[in-house]
Amino acid sequence: MQENEVLIKVEGLSKKFCKDLKTSLWYGVKDLYNSVLRRDSSDSLRKNEFWAVKDISFELRRGECLGLIGHNGAGKSTLLKMLNGLINPDQGKVTIKGRVGALIELGAGFNPILTGRENIYNNGAVLGFSKSEIDSKVEDIIDFAEVREFIDMPVQNYSSGMKVRLGFAIAAQMEPDVLIIDEVLAVGDLAFRMKCYTHLMKVMSKNVAIILVSHSVVDIMRLCSVVATLEKGKSIFQGNVEKGVSIYNNLANKESKDSSIISAKILSDDEENDFYTGDDINFQVDINSEFYIEKARILFHLEYSNIRLSSISSKYSEFNFDIKPGLNSFNFQIKNTPLLVGGYLGRFELYGESLKDYIASANFVSFNIVGPKVDYSGFGICHTIKLEHEFTFI
Amino acid sequence: MELKTTVYQKENNTKIGKLLKNSLNDIFTSRFLAKQLAIRDIKSQYRQSFLGIIWAFITPLTTALVWIILSKTGTVTLTDTGIPYPVYVFSGTLLWSILTESINAPMVNTNAARGMLSKINFPKEALILSGVYKLISNSLVKIALLLFFLLLYGVGFHFSIFLFPFAFLGIIFIGTTIGLFISPLGMLYNDIGKIVNLGLGFLMYATPVIYVIPKDGFLKTAMEINPLTPLILITRNLMTGQSLDYLMYYFIVSIGCIPIFLLGLVFYRISIPIIVERMSA
Repeated sequence: MQENEVLIKVEGLSKKFCKDLKTSLWYGVKDLYNSVLRRDSSDSLRKNEFWAVKDISFELRRGECLGLIGHNGAGKSTLLKMLNGLINPDQGKVTIKGRVGALIELGAGFNPILTGRENIYNNGAVLGFSKSEIDSKVEDIIDFAEVREFIDMPVQNYSSGMKVRLGFAIAAQMEPDVLIIDEVLAVGDLAFRMKCYTHLMKVMSKNVAIILVSHSVVDIMRLCSVVATLEKGKSIFQGNVEKGVSIYNNLANKESKDSSIISAKILSDDEENDFYTGDDINFQVDINSEFYIEKARILFHLEYSNIRLSSISSKYSEFNFDIKPGLNSFNFQIKNTPLLVGGYLGRFELYGESLKDYIASANFVSFNIVGPKVDYSGFGICHTIKLEHEFTFI
Repeated sequence: MELKTTVYQKENNTKIGKLLKNSLNDIFTSRFLAKQLAIRDIKSQYRQSFLGIIWAFITPLTTALVWIILSKTGTVTLTDTGIPYPVYVFSGTLLWSILTESINAPMVNTNAARGMLSKINFPKEALILSGVYKLISNSLVKIALLLFFLLLYGVGFHFSIFLFPFAFLGIIFIGTTIGLFISPLGMLYNDIGKIVNLGLGFLMYATPVIYVIPKDGFLKTAMEINPLTPLILITRNLMTGQSLDYLMYYFIVSIGCIPIFLLGLVFYRISIPIIVERMSA
């Protein structure tokens, strides 16, 4: 067994979906007809169709974990379904080596009126275990799921957390070469989630290739070695986790209303606006006014994943100025930036003297903090802000 | 250890022989899953019901009762069937219900597994096999009832009854074969299931279920062409020990069904990913 052999190879993978149900069903009949007669249907989009996944390629080796991030409808789940062989690609090719395990639906095959124990056998069988394998693992499963007390009760009386725990415990018994995980870590209480992480870490250490879909930046940063950021079915970034997450953070409000009055940009040698925690970040704000604006104010807002982290007015530092007709340029500097890895958005606004004197907003300027590495396992510093701090003995 | 390599792509140029081999292989390896699914469904079916087993034969029984009353009261005059009419009509409707359930089973089972199909990759053939298991288990009750009627009406047992189990499995086999072909389309459109059941309702009257094949006329031709006629007729006559007419046609139908069944498996295997794509749960 080679240490770093490629387990998953995806080449130009694409899938089309149909927006309209009636049309979709009819295309289904046509596809059925074509594939039974072994004829190739056309590659082009038919009426009402769109590319749910378009031209995705990547390779994944043993011990690597690929995070797929993107907003709803970006094509993550469709991609996973193709990797898992549930649906066939419309273009491209997937080559997978070894046993594939999928944590996509926990507790598939559960019947609500049967007991937990009976359902372990049902779900286990669906996941491909043999009877003797389940017999030998059933006690481990019950312990892992922490449901021993209720194991002979019908599953319909379980809390949703218990159901999920039982489902995960069964699935955790798989020993795959390739593990596909879809958003299942988001469920359960904190203690159980930590247990799942520990389990996944253990799995990873056994040289498994993992593909993880999650909306949680924390999960991605905690587990993944590389990421692919998806938007509208396309992969817009592949590679380094920090950068990929930054791009994902800033995806939400890409469309910027350009104003002819006020515009802003980051002054940096680096075209991508990548910085490190602790860097000074310089912005240039240009205001092109037709009027004279007395005692004007500039506001700076800082956002992270649609959350406003901070707003600063020029009045705070008693930076007083009037705007003259024509071009007025300012420099704004964030000193010793206390932000941690992620993508951030800045926006400048121009106001007059009083509260209600709103004049204009500038375009969003985005920048990324791409390092140093953060640590989500509790041995370093993580999330958004690096606080000045000190531990001492009393 | 060499790892198994799986390839998924659009150009599905796998040979039919290869597909069939994979399909048969999956049937074989999924025995445990199929059994587990069957046990799950049978258990839950009885655990959530008071009358339980009665539902398995109540429909054919009521149909039979209607006809017994119709014939007893002289409302309809039926040709002599050679055995007591209640036995004739009970056996007819019970065997017919086994056949219609077999035809519906692949579609019903695949439909019930929608959630699983769109989330988990498992051998789909297990659904077919578990359907067969469930059919056998449900039918055993019906057959026991039938044997009881044989005794009750003094028809008694004949040696030919030892061949009955094979004929019974034949009904399930032929029904499942038909089911394999209708289930993919039936998964896409609800209409298919309804049309099939409507059609079977009519077809029953063109099969010797309630009355024997008439001496002449249109119905005679229709019934003699109907490939289900020998199926019902031979199976029933094996049980009651009557003469085995249409034996030749019976063999043609059953043996001819084998290649069609294999073709059905291939069709089912090809169609599932296409269906899953359209029903994403």
